[in-house]
Amino acid sequence: MNSMHYLYAAYIATWVIHGSYLAILVRKFTRVRKEIAELKK
Amino acid sequence: MKRGFTILAVVTAILLCFALYEALLVAPTEQTMGNVQRIFYYHVPSAWTAFLLFGINFVASIFYLAKRSSKADILALISAEVGVVFCTVVLVTGPIWARPVWGIWWTWDMRLTLTLVLWLIYVSYLVLRHFSTSGKTPVVAAVLAIFGALDVPLVYFSIWFFRTQHPSPVIGDGGSLDPRMAHVLLINWAAFLCLAWLLCWTRYRLEFLKREVEEAQGFESLFEERR
Repeated sequence: MNSMHYLYAAYIATWVIHGSYLAILVRKFTRVRKEIAELKK
Repeated sequence: MKRGFTILAVVTAILLCFALYEALLVAPTEQTMGNVQRIFYYHVPSAWTAFLLFGINFVASIFYLAKRSSKADILALISAEVGVVFCTVVLVTGPIWARPVWGIWWTWDMRLTLTLVLWLIYVSYLVLRHFSTSGKTPVVAAVLAIFGALDVPLVYFSIWFFRTQHPSPVIGDGGSLDPRMAHVLLINWAAFLCLAWLLCWTRYRLEFLKREVEEAQGFESLFEERR
């Protein structure tokens, strides 16, 4: 494999990890907001 | 507060784009490894950021044990969580860099093994925090975090204490890093620090809201039981 492929793989893996964590946070935020809305009813 | 968050998010996005441009197009190509050495600009700042976050977790855990402050407990939890994310980046980018340079994905070398142990310690810390419902969980977790933090200096200094395949530090005493590479490295570290700050801020707000909701739900169920 070309060394550039390893470079791209490492950079993409980094962004996938950070993106996944951000997506988890957004999902949790949505759930908490829903719970807050239910409590306010 | 919301305005501050937006400003930080914009600054982080700009810095990350600029750091990526510097790492891929501006930093000089290393003579022996070639372009694959550019993984360095993500691997090293991620490691430094993870160490810093585990350090914050260590201080917050001590503070929690001394004062039983819920803010210190939240800070310990979020710094460990975001630290694990950065440590995961280190453990993933390391083998991707090692394969073309060393010819292997992984070796049970002291620096690599201790980094894996560090990651496992903080993952077990997060598992404990997530699944244990005992009221003593924050105390037990704080003690685990204090012992876990002892691994951070071991990881850092392992290249001096043991014979290892991992390269020696290129910055500081005896470092031979090209000043242009050091400049790009520091820009990338600044960008990752901003990202870590942004993630911690988001996670802090989430944990704060979660605890408020749990408290309100507790009151609600107590009120319904009495009726």
